[in-house]
Amino acid sequence: MSGGHAAADPPLHAGLSVQGLTYGFEGEEPLFKGLDLEVPEGQFVSIVAASGMGKTTLFRLLAGLLQPESGTIKAAGAVQGQLGQGVHGAIGYMPQRDCLMPWRTVLDNAAIGLELAGVPKREARRRVRELLPELGLAGTDAKYPHELSGGMRQRVSFLRSLLAGGDLLLLDEPFSALDAMTRVSMQQWLLEVWEKHRKTILFITHDIDEALLLSDQVLVAASRPITKLEPLVVDLPRPRTYEATLDERFVSLKRRLLGQLGRIASGGEGGAD
Amino acid sequence: MKLVKDNLPILLFILLLAAAWELSTRIFHIPSYIIPRLSDVFAALGHHAALLSKHFALTLWEALLGLAFSVVFGVLSAVWIDSSSLARKTIYPLIVASQTVPIIALSPIMVMWFGYEMGSKVAVVILFTFFPVAVNTADGFRMADREIGELLRSMGAGKAQLFLKWKIPSALPSFFTGLKMAAAISVGGATLGEWLGGESGLGVYTKRAANMLRGDDVFAGVLLLSLMGVALFVAAQFIERLVLGRRQAR
Repeated sequence: MSGGHAAADPPLHAGLSVQGLTYGFEGEEPLFKGLDLEVPEGQFVSIVAASGMGKTTLFRLLAGLLQPESGTIKAAGAVQGQLGQGVHGAIGYMPQRDCLMPWRTVLDNAAIGLELAGVPKREARRRVRELLPELGLAGTDAKYPHELSGGMRQRVSFLRSLLAGGDLLLLDEPFSALDAMTRVSMQQWLLEVWEKHRKTILFITHDIDEALLLSDQVLVAASRPITKLEPLVVDLPRPRTYEATLDERFVSLKRRLLGQLGRIASGGEGGAD
Repeated sequence: MKLVKDNLPILLFILLLAAAWELSTRIFHIPSYIIPRLSDVFAALGHHAALLSKHFALTLWEALLGLAFSVVFGVLSAVWIDSSSLARKTIYPLIVASQTVPIIALSPIMVMWFGYEMGSKVAVVILFTFFPVAVNTADGFRMADREIGELLRSMGAGKAQLFLKWKIPSALPSFFTGLKMAAAISVGGATLGEWLGGESGLGVYTKRAANMLRGDDVFAGVLLLSLMGVALFVAAQFIERLVLGRRQAR
């Protein structure tokens, strides 16, 4: 990352720092090899990659659900060092599917992270209740997941991650299963919520418009195995709305991003053999 | 009010069947040792009320005790099967395969082991009801949404927390399916246990009445046994609704 608008800001603390990450499934080519990744604190960073590149695996590594073969993963506020039990709970992981527990109300679904961390139930519920209105979930506290629409369920899922994680959120294609209209409104919604909370977010998507609209920086998976991620700084002004996608600067960024992806696609094929 | 409205068709249908029973036995002069008149069955119920309630209480007690043991052992087995992959590969298939053994043929063994007292009846009920509880609960544990488990793990949940907050609530609906099945067949188990050798209980009562060709008394006993089965099933369903509450759309 060099020269971009975001990098020009005063010293950035790493919200997430990954060094030399190597991982692969047994008997297969490694997915990541010596991968370095920095997400500055308070930034919204997206990773764009073709499917099958190991995006979800990367998140599972970051969330502590998988152990890397080598390399270190450090999250701000988390126990430093080799990723292990220590990082559990320091990173708020939001999976692709909402994964809400059907036996819990919205209130108790969102409170699960606090509950696991030992926060008394009353206090956990109070903190959830406080946040419901601004996340557009007012009046849903006693509802069960099956009584909510897909978009609402994702909001609850997001709130759960927001409350469970420290200052780092990993969002794994959270809107990919929604219909186009709902997706747009959820993107707007996420912009508003993020611009207010300014958590560090690492966001996976295969939707280029979505990545550009939301992010300060888009990382493009460069090769297979992924050895580095090519950054593209998105210097569109904030606060943003969906209107930004019609902006000329947006279009030129999109052209550059598509170019990067195209170059990688053609270059990657040659490099794979 | 809604309860009455929902159940009106079945109530009317039962009344219709009862009327057909009463009328046909009168019109066709069916002897009472083949099919007694319904009115005679009710008369027999009233006539022996004190005796029948004593037998009823005993059979109910046997069924409930057996059910309780099945729930405890069934759930413990399910937990074991779920927590140990060795148990899943050895115990689980064995439990499933055990269902090919005719339970009725096994029942006399319970008499050999536990004698003619209460013990053997409860044992036969367990024989009947252990399987649905154990297998349904084990399936419930197995079907728990893996991704939810992983999510909780990523939030730092330990083994005990995963079990309490993920496995148990996930398995509850299947457990209740098993419990309802078990409740419905427990009365059959208790009756069989009594037939194999016993002094009292509705099973003994109906068998004795049949030996004496007293159709009205046999049918009175059978009616009570059926009611007991329905009552146990409804009770299990009631507990299910109480526990699961609004969480299911159904």
